Amino acid sequence: MIKNELLIELTEYIELVINDYTLRTITLGTAILGAVTGMLGSFAVLRKQSLLGDAISHAALPGIAIAFLITGAKDSNTLLLGALVSGLLGTFWIRGIITKTHLKSDTALGLILSLFFGFGMLLLTFIQKQPNANQAGLDKYLFGQAATLVESDVWMMAIVTGVCLFVLLLFWKEFKILLFDKDYAKTLGFNTKTIDILITSFIVLAIVLGLQTVGVVLMSAMLLAPAAAARQWTNSLSKMVLLAAVFGAFSGVFGTAISASQNNLSTGPVIVIVAAVFVFVSFVFSPSRGLLFKQIRFIKNRRDLQLHKTLAFMYHIAETHDNISHPHEIKILNNFQGYTKSTLKNLVEKNYVTIEGTTWSLTQKGFNSAANLYNQLSKKDE
Amino acid sequence: MSSAQFEIQLIASFVAIACAIPGTFLVLRKMAMISDAISHSILPGIVVGFFITQDLNSPLLILLAAVTGVITEVLVEYIQKTGLVKEDTAIGLVFPVLFSIGVIMIAKNANDVHLDIDAVLLGELAFAPFDRLFVSGVDIGPKSLWIIGSILIVTLVLLYAFFKELKLSTFDKGLAASLGFSPAIIHYGLMSISSITTVGAFDAVGAILVVALMIAPPASAYLLTKDLKKMLLLSACFGVFCAISGYWLAHWLDASIAGSITTMLGLLFLLVYLFAPSKGVIAVLYREKQQRTEVSLLTFLLHLKNHDEASERHVNHLNEHINWQKVRSKTVLDLALKNNMIEIENQVVSLTPKGDEFTTQAIDYIITNEDAQIEDMKEDFFLFRG
Repeated sequence: MIKNELLIELTEYIELVINDYTLRTITLGTAILGAVTGMLGSFAVLRKQSLLGDAISHAALPGIAIAFLITGAKDSNTLLLGALVSGLLGTFWIRGIITKTHLKSDTALGLILSLFFGFGMLLLTFIQKQPNANQAGLDKYLFGQAATLVESDVWMMAIVTGVCLFVLLLFWKEFKILLFDKDYAKTLGFNTKTIDILITSFIVLAIVLGLQTVGVVLMSAMLLAPAAAARQWTNSLSKMVLLAAVFGAFSGVFGTAISASQNNLSTGPVIVIVAAVFVFVSFVFSPSRGLLFKQIRFIKNRRDLQLHKTLAFMYHIAETHDNISHPHEIKILNNFQGYTKSTLKNLVEKNYVTIEGTTWSLTQKGFNSAANLYNQLSKKDE
Repeated sequence: MSSAQFEIQLIASFVAIACAIPGTFLVLRKMAMISDAISHSILPGIVVGFFITQDLNSPLLILLAAVTGVITEVLVEYIQKTGLVKEDTAIGLVFPVLFSIGVIMIAKNANDVHLDIDAVLLGELAFAPFDRLFVSGVDIGPKSLWIIGSILIVTLVLLYAFFKELKLSTFDKGLAASLGFSPAIIHYGLMSISSITTVGAFDAVGAILVVALMIAPPASAYLLTKDLKKMLLLSACFGVFCAISGYWLAHWLDASIAGSITTMLGLLFLLVYLFAPSKGVIAVLYREKQQRTEVSLLTFLLHLKNHDEASERHVNHLNEHINWQKVRSKTVLDLALKNNMIEIENQVVSLTPKGDEFTTQAIDYIITNEDAQIEDMKEDFFLFRG
């Protein structure tokens, strides 16, 4: 029954998404945004530039304010252009600080982030005092308001995503080689500086796109979370980029759905939390890297080791007798560290040992495998 | 200047000093971004505290927020330890999530709570003097002044008491640990102080200004000095200077005080970044250019020493042989002449005895792999630098 109701609600919601203009725009917008940030975020994460996104998104704020001061209009495209310019300026200043002085990258990031943001706030408060009725709503860029998305914004996002995708595919091998072996790329004659600037610019572009939807403060999570989640499932760059895009898009769609179904829930934070859930699930349940399976593997290895240790111990006892299946008391195992009742049971199940009453005896199979125990190990090591 | 204005500047200066001290260590320990993370992630702590006490200035609020700050650090370190993602990604994942939780908590209870995210992030210093503390009916000053004042005093006392432990563990973690100073205690102590300062200051100046005050003054000071004590002192001075000048900028522009102070910090950093005597960008660029010319000079002298025949040493030939542009060749030639390393006769260049001696010594250093020694040698031989 409950399942049915849920299904009905879900179909109703989907119908709403298709028919309702606002909801459709927002869902599409956040989905596209999630996809493009996930895609480019993969590069940011792998290049160890995770916090760059945070710095850039904050650094974009004065650009928005200045663009407004110059044009006096709240056209989102001009404002985003301003954000892009000031984001790029911040990025290159960060680069300048890291390469030209002995300040480290974290200091450079923190500096640019807080200084640009503070300057942006100064400008915003300055604008608010101006006798211009048009200024209200600039602060939506602080925390983002998905509800203000209109169709033209979504088109803009779609176009930018298309361009990103095109450039990404065009320069795929350059990006890839720069990512994993910069020096090699240089020796092959690639202009690493240009590629570097290209990809950083695209990351800035993606961040700026998202400002209107999730805002300055939470933008960095949009960049990181899908990529960090995708990283856990694969070791291949192309798969990771694809997965990150999918995770990002789904975070956008689910986040919008959850915030639309409740009152007083702003979309940005909800999307971030949904993305964080993706990350959490990936961290725990990913088959190869996940914490859960890692723990299971750990326990299994320990058991195997105990089993082998017990078997070896028995082997050394049996060795001293002519008949290898000569029965011994179980008690003598008690002093041995690796021995537990379950290991003994496992040994019996594997037909290595037979038990009669309170005695055990090694079978021929057990003897052989114990004799080869270390050989096998050393063979595996090779 | 009215008393309210004076109080605002006093509060701002106190905040500046209280931030500069932990900030210096954060910058030196390469943990500057942690302060940004903490300033965002304390939001849920503040919200929960506010639900309980309904008072933005209660000590419980500060305590809860500080706990959230430490939780942030613990979470970041746990994620790092799993090795699933890099450290910076861990920071970038944790704080937006905590911040989002805070924002959602505020939004869900918007009707019962008079707590504005803008106010938390940005603060409003202008209102700080109006929230006054009364002890048995007597007005003893603004509340935030007392809060930040006590945090400052605690920070100063701790700094004085643990200065050598902090210094040692900052510059040589291994030695500090082997001498028996627990790195964990110092690390988390520093984190707690940073959280408490952030929280104590947020209500007056906002979270972003706290980050700016923690990072910008120490970063500027770090470009000017290498001495820890001087760096602490200098960053405190920078902080106070920017706090006061920022206040007057805000007064003049009629804009946010926190924003103006940050802008002043930005200008200050820009100035230091460009003009710092030995580590500023201009000095670095100048030095790089000088190095380039001097390396060219050395190459040129080595070339001269290797070739006796006149054709190899002809001025025009050098141009094409070493593949330098005309201007560069002229700079190098002029420098060599000025330093009496070469003489030119009939367009043929030859080494002077001094130039010969310099080159011989340089070769010695180069073949024994002690290139760094050449720098010292330059002091002895050069009358003019490149």
